[in-house]
Amino acid sequence: MPKVKVDGVEIEVPAGATVLQACELAGKEIPRFCYHERLSIAGNCRMCLVEVKPGPPKPQASCALPAADNQEIFTNTPMVKNAREGVMEFLLINHPLDCPICDQGGECDLQDQSVAYGRGSSRFEENKRAVTEKYMGPIVKTVMTRCIQCTRCIRFAEEVAGVEEIGAIYRGENMQITSYLEEAVTSELSGNVVDLCPVGALTSKPYAFEARPWELKKTLTIDVMDAVGTNIRLDSRGRQVLRCVPRINEDVNEEWATDKTRHAVDGLVRRRLDRPFVRRDGKLVEATWDEAFAAIADVAKTVGDSVAVVSGDLADCETLFAGKALAKAFGSSLLEGRQTGMDYDTSSLAAVNFNTTIAGVETADVILLVGTNLRWEAALVNTRIRKAIKKGAKVFAVGPETDLTYKVEWLGADLAVLGNLPAAVTDAFAKAQRPMMIVGGAAMKGAQGATLALVDTLGLIKDGWNGYNVLHFSASRMGGLMLGYAQKGGIADLHAAKLAFFLGADECDFTRFGGFKVYIGHHGDAGAHHADVVLPGASYAEKSGTWVNLEGRVQRGERAVFPPGDAREDWTILRALSEKLGKTLPFDTLEELRAAMAVDCPDLATLGLAKFAWNPPALAAKAEGVLAGYPIKDFYLTNAICRASPTMQRCSAELIHGETFAEAAE
Amino acid sequence: MADAPEIPDEAEVRARWGAFAWTDENKKKRDEVLARYPAGREQSASIPLLDLAQRQVGAETQTQGWLPIPVIEFVAREIGVPYMRVYEVATFYTMFNLAPVGRYHVQVCGTTPCMLRGSDDVMAACKNKGLIKGKTTPDGLFTLTEVECMGNCSSAPMVQINDDNYEDLDYDRTIAILEALERGEHPKTGTQEPGRHTVEPVGGPTTLTAMVKENHDYRPEWGNAA
Repeated sequence: MPKVKVDGVEIEVPAGATVLQACELAGKEIPRFCYHERLSIAGNCRMCLVEVKPGPPKPQASCALPAADNQEIFTNTPMVKNAREGVMEFLLINHPLDCPICDQGGECDLQDQSVAYGRGSSRFEENKRAVTEKYMGPIVKTVMTRCIQCTRCIRFAEEVAGVEEIGAIYRGENMQITSYLEEAVTSELSGNVVDLCPVGALTSKPYAFEARPWELKKTLTIDVMDAVGTNIRLDSRGRQVLRCVPRINEDVNEEWATDKTRHAVDGLVRRRLDRPFVRRDGKLVEATWDEAFAAIADVAKTVGDSVAVVSGDLADCETLFAGKALAKAFGSSLLEGRQTGMDYDTSSLAAVNFNTTIAGVETADVILLVGTNLRWEAALVNTRIRKAIKKGAKVFAVGPETDLTYKVEWLGADLAVLGNLPAAVTDAFAKAQRPMMIVGGAAMKGAQGATLALVDTLGLIKDGWNGYNVLHFSASRMGGLMLGYAQKGGIADLHAAKLAFFLGADECDFTRFGGFKVYIGHHGDAGAHHADVVLPGASYAEKSGTWVNLEGRVQRGERAVFPPGDAREDWTILRALSEKLGKTLPFDTLEELRAAMAVDCPDLATLGLAKFAWNPPALAAKAEGVLAGYPIKDFYLTNAICRASPTMQRCSAELIHGETFAEAAE
Repeated sequence: MADAPEIPDEAEVRARWGAFAWTDENKKKRDEVLARYPAGREQSASIPLLDLAQRQVGAETQTQGWLPIPVIEFVAREIGVPYMRVYEVATFYTMFNLAPVGRYHVQVCGTTPCMLRGSDDVMAACKNKGLIKGKTTPDGLFTLTEVECMGNCSSAPMVQINDDNYEDLDYDRTIAILEALERGEHPKTGTQEPGRHTVEPVGGPTTLTAMVKENHDYRPEWGNAA
């Protein structure tokens, strides 16, 4: 552990740390543009210059200089001040002074650092360089004249996203950042380059000219677009969520978010259910809350205990618990969330959990993917696998071949291979210290038993290591399973119910439900179309809720905005309805609900990883069937919010279906 | 990007060059190039293979050759590298032409030493022969480009025409070279100064004169005897 002196203060830094990291440890701020903790070191912006002794008598780029024993680092000498002013002046030579019309204004590294470290005036009187705009797809807007060529976007595309489609062409003053032939970048993580860009060269296209950062109310919450549980911040103004950006959580999403997480928010103000509807003469007509409740109460009198509750993919635990409590009040436990008919065994939650944890994936050395298109089902788990591969991990996969952005040894799409794995796979697992298997939704139907049988054969459980993972891709799934939203026969067990509540469920086959259908949700999607009564609920941005991600991490989000019109938070709807039905639920506030939920499921009471004991069910180890595809057919249109979002529609049309869009002339 | 080449229309270029493949002879050269680098380092072959491809395009079109996008992609597939990475290389080096050029690519050096020694005259000669900067003559013979230092300062001014350098130029010598090329001849390369062989000092050496005839030990004169 080298000991260095930063501005006269001696500190010890970890071996392999750079001078910049040493300065940060000492609490000194070092300005930087190209350096980023999660990307490789480029050392090309020169903003992080410091004085180092011993060394040549000139400023050194601290981001690329290893900290060595007995080094003396100075960050506040006249030489350093001069160097920073010089670099800043060079950077500003070709940077336009268009901050008033730049979307980065107010949260711009260049703006902040030129105030803090710049000269304050310009000596440059020549013409500035101008660069034509580049097309990078429906998410990223470019104003390339503002680019300072830090190459963060290139390194992100190459290292994290694994899509080498962004690069720097030409050279010297003519260097330009562009996507290959200005085609759309085909990454589900492309929105992250907007956050990485230290200037206003890459900004968000859907959010262009919408708001200034200081006008926005910032609410910390949890994303529901997939089961990763990305920690997000919703920026809202008035009643509208204007954008969504990731928060740093090393255990979950690091500091990335998928394009769906970021840009589905414009679907929150479209196709919304803002008043109750009741079906009369085959048509849904507007109604008051009382009329809607009365319609349900009429039916409820006659159904006895034949009541079912179907959970949607986005539901929070509070809604699910209120639904469960209502079903219980009828004497029913017909709860199910696996809308597409999955009926895997859920008797042990550990056997359907992502036990390795998302961060743990990075340390794996052999990985077997079974029936999962990780890139679409959990893009941020996929980036962890890329990191594991960088450290030397080997990846095998069973399923139809697809581009996962890294080298995979495909073992074919026939699940039968699980019973007879090739020697290459068994050898790799025999040698592995931290082997893991990820079972996706496509394989859970035909091969749950076979994958559980492999736990012993492949030695997936080691001391302090559980390599058996099931990958869910619905935000409500783990929470639902913990609350008992699973029937032995799957959703088929619910089809006969005389009264069915759909908590934002839009993906199931509604024609199989013969009874009275009540839809409680926020978007006018498939569920509302088939319902007999529609009760307008709140989306994830409009309620404080608890979600459990695929690794069993209990996380809580806050309300950013209020639901539109007559819409209410879902649990309050269920509470009000229960009173009309004469089965009043025993909670009047969210706190009381949470307390009741904690009694029912203690794991949901504490935030953080829930502990599930490893006692897998004994299932027949048969694996049958050839996988024809993966459950997600269109990454950008997986739930009602995305389907209402023009940005996601456009992404789907352009990136999945290959349509081309003419750029509007400017 | 005043001098940036207009990258030609994609559909047309793809139709013409989409089926690009090595000739038998170049296939051997490709193998030779790839053999120079260890396995897993095929990316190192980007530059030599782009050069080989440009030469093959040149041979097919009777020009100095250029790199259509499909050919760049072909090279990228050859070495298993993303298209972008090879495209970056092709755009970085000025030796790779991104747009078609004529049979002779006349690259006039205009950097300081050449300028001081009369590159303006060379440029004027080119202009009077009908060559326009950045354009190809209507007969498809010449493309004129002004370039930065080619490292021939001691025999400035100079032009590079395809693979050959012509040095110690003035107005008339430039005209003569261009006319010879027009006639299909191959003028003497290197210095055009009569009596000069390479870049030795004009008019005989001015330093180390004792070394001209035979080896001479200067060290005693400099006070540090051997």
